[in-house]
Amino acid sequence: MASKLQTPLTVAAYKSDVHNDWCPGCGDFGILQAVQQSFAELGLPPWESMVFAGIGCSGKVFNYMATHGVHTLHGRVLPFAVGAKLANPNLEIVAVGGDGDGYGIGAGHFVHAGRRNVDMAYIVMTNEVYGLTKGQASPTLGRGQQTKSLPLPNTNDAIQPLALALSSGYTWIGRSYAFDGKHLKEMIKKAMQHKGMALLDVLQPCPTFNDLHTTEWFNKKVKGAGENEMVPRVFNINEQGYNGSVQDPTNLDEVNTKRTKAFEMANFRGERIPVGVFYEIKLPTYDERMQAQVPMLKQYAPATMPYQDASHLPTTDLSKVYEEYMF
Amino acid sequence: MKVVNDFSWMIGGPQGTGVDSSANLFAQACATAGLWVFGKREYHSNIKGKHSYFQVRVFDKPVHSHVDDVHLLATFEDSTARLHAHEVVKGGALIYDPTKITLDDLNLKSGIVTLPIDFNTVLRHVAEVTGEDYGKLAIMKNVIAVAASMALLRMDISHMEETLSRLFTGKKAKLVPTNMAAVKKAYEAVSGLSKETHDQFHYYLEPNKSTPKRLLINGASSTAMGKLKAGCRYQSYYPISPATDESNFFESHPEYGIAVVQCEDEIAAIDMALGAATTGVRASTATSGPGYCLMAEGLGWGGMNEVPIVLFDYQRGGPSTGLPTRQEQGDLMFSVFSGHGEYPRLVMAPADIDDHFHTAFESFNYADQFQTPVTILNDKFLTHSIQTIPPFKESGLVINRGRLATQEELEAAIAEGKGFPRFRPDPKTNMSPRPYPGQEGSPYWMTGDEHDDYGHITENPETRMKMHEKRMKKYSLMLEQIPLDKQFKLVGDANADITLICWGSTYGVLIDAVEPLKAKGIKINILNYRMLHPFPIATEAILKKAKKLVVVESNLGTQLGHLIRMGTGIFISTQILKYTGRPMSLNEIVASVEKIHKKEVKPEVDPLTGTSIEKVVLTYGL
Repeated sequence: MASKLQTPLTVAAYKSDVHNDWCPGCGDFGILQAVQQSFAELGLPPWESMVFAGIGCSGKVFNYMATHGVHTLHGRVLPFAVGAKLANPNLEIVAVGGDGDGYGIGAGHFVHAGRRNVDMAYIVMTNEVYGLTKGQASPTLGRGQQTKSLPLPNTNDAIQPLALALSSGYTWIGRSYAFDGKHLKEMIKKAMQHKGMALLDVLQPCPTFNDLHTTEWFNKKVKGAGENEMVPRVFNINEQGYNGSVQDPTNLDEVNTKRTKAFEMANFRGERIPVGVFYEIKLPTYDERMQAQVPMLKQYAPATMPYQDASHLPTTDLSKVYEEYMF
Repeated sequence: MKVVNDFSWMIGGPQGTGVDSSANLFAQACATAGLWVFGKREYHSNIKGKHSYFQVRVFDKPVHSHVDDVHLLATFEDSTARLHAHEVVKGGALIYDPTKITLDDLNLKSGIVTLPIDFNTVLRHVAEVTGEDYGKLAIMKNVIAVAASMALLRMDISHMEETLSRLFTGKKAKLVPTNMAAVKKAYEAVSGLSKETHDQFHYYLEPNKSTPKRLLINGASSTAMGKLKAGCRYQSYYPISPATDESNFFESHPEYGIAVVQCEDEIAAIDMALGAATTGVRASTATSGPGYCLMAEGLGWGGMNEVPIVLFDYQRGGPSTGLPTRQEQGDLMFSVFSGHGEYPRLVMAPADIDDHFHTAFESFNYADQFQTPVTILNDKFLTHSIQTIPPFKESGLVINRGRLATQEELEAAIAEGKGFPRFRPDPKTNMSPRPYPGQEGSPYWMTGDEHDDYGHITENPETRMKMHEKRMKKYSLMLEQIPLDKQFKLVGDANADITLICWGSTYGVLIDAVEPLKAKGIKINILNYRMLHPFPIATEAILKKAKKLVVVESNLGTQLGHLIRMGTGIFISTQILKYTGRPMSLNEIVASVEKIHKKEVKPEVDPLTGTSIEKVVLTYGL
């Protein structure tokens, strides 16, 4: 964990002076702003914070933050971010990327990041298209759907990221919507504060290439349960009594029940879109697991472990290991 | 006839039956007796059943190579005897199990002592006297074969006891008496030979108590120790032969505090190491050819973002899955040219097992000094070969983290409020100051896109030129700043008839060939390229001065030969090559150099260039 500033900085302190070149109306703006607000409200020192990003429109988030910003390779944001976090757990690490980046080319890393439960948040900006390459179908676009750049309708089925995260072992799983600033910010803060691997899937419009699921579409009221009842399309499950937080991780009954419920909710398909915290459990982080095996890591992070003296002579004493090989 | 302390031993058997441990036991027993050993391991990409064998050469001074001759072949089943009996020389010996094979079935030369041992009967005896379960003793056949070998070599039984006591300690100490019961039976079998028969075995080992303590170590462990000494504290890897041994070494020594992460694939392995390196830890990954291919994109990112990172490539036979457990020096061109676009990288290869330690240590300094990826080319041969070497020379080892951000620079960045100018080159040194996350004033940006001083994306043509030139200039800095004796070494007669040119693991056999060739009246010297890229241009004068150049490589394409041609325009048309997946033996090198010296090699058309070359292709070894 990064330290907490005694005097919090303003949101402006987390904004770089780089010109933002996203298309007007892009959902990325909402997400960027919520990330900046979250860092400010959590009082995180920018110099102890690193925002790792994938490749694509979403990847540019790295450059608009005034923390350390790392623009990685397409699909590889998680390995980069995980490497940094394990090398120095004292840093606040947030990974950000698009749905094509994380659930497509990076899907293998997505699964294994869950298994490790590294203490960090991963925010995925889901807009169903590959924006920066001009609108091809991403892994979250449904079969038969045809956004405006597609010459033919999409032939693949969509994956369910939250269900995949659940199967992979993510210990905090949530969804929000890019233009519900208040909910989004709270969800980002929760994901960052969760001790373990958190996935926050953020639905967002792509005003340039996704003409199916636009801001208007998200904001549209849909038919509710009652006769003539019209309800918001995007609804907060936690406000409607859904609680996916495991209270006792050693209670297998509770864990199984909550996982089953979460899986059902994660696969929910219909006119309405559930957002909120789907699942949450406290399990040992990868750090803690490594510390149990490599005791020196309790005392030092790999990045701060001493290995040289003031005159730069190596201090690692190999005499014990030499003994094993000495004849 | 009596040959003392110049001996070649072989043991073989199906994989999974303890061939490896028995060879280690034999080598350790010899090392305990103050002798020098070199052991070579050959095995299939298989867990149980296929034929594997281990050769150990024992000498009265340091030795770096194996020979084709087998002076004593130790077998406990039929396949090894069948496959290798013809390699036993006159005056040598064969240990075999008469219940498994008859001598008539073997292609044995005359004048070879044969020692029959009914291994199962010995094991039943051991079970009786120790009360152990006979069914669990099969693995001890190896110990019997080793003990019988030591007895044939006239080595005292105490060497066996000393070695076994060292091997089995703590909870396993009770295995010593059980093993010694088997050892005694083996010694009895040898003492059952008539003196006349035993005398026909010409090979003797005589302990040398005055030999100082040495390490008996393989290339993987030597590398791992060099990395620990350098302060490497983060390693990510994906399992692959033969690279995994290095990572396993770290996992087996958690007391050094290195964080080791087994990843989902090699892409994650390099990218995690890069992510880790951004925080300031000395980070690394180890892989082999197929994994190295997957890492190409990540390395380019490291080059673009000036991240110090070290990749250890344990080469094996390629392309594709190739020969997964065999040797090849096939990745040199790839290490130089992998990845799209242009970025500076340093490629080095250790010359011998001792040098594995030093190359590994230095590599982290160079990565930091030049802020760019470094690749170290090891290969399967020395990774798994064991050798007695003097303890690593630790004096003179100094850590160099390169150009780090100063406190004044961090404060200036805070005052300026634009972030840290991480990529702004120092006009004097060309290198840029590197802050670590966590330092106040440190924030900067990293991106695989072209970027400005702060790491902001830019496509401005002038900035592109400035940044690209700054990065690529590191090549000339490497050539200037890496000491020449770290770039290459020239060993042997300054006025040699033939200059043998090599890189990596072929160096050892060439060194060992100096004396035998001298005895034949051929003076050689050896030019070993330790730094392979950028090309050590200082070697050009040596190449131009040499009377006769011969390039020696374990590949078909003479990859170093082509790099020399690229670097100097000199085409070396005489080549000694081997690409069977097996390393070159001393016999092969001596014979081929002699052939070249006598001008007995006929010119032929080079399949790669269409020009005329003289080539000796080596083929020996199963």
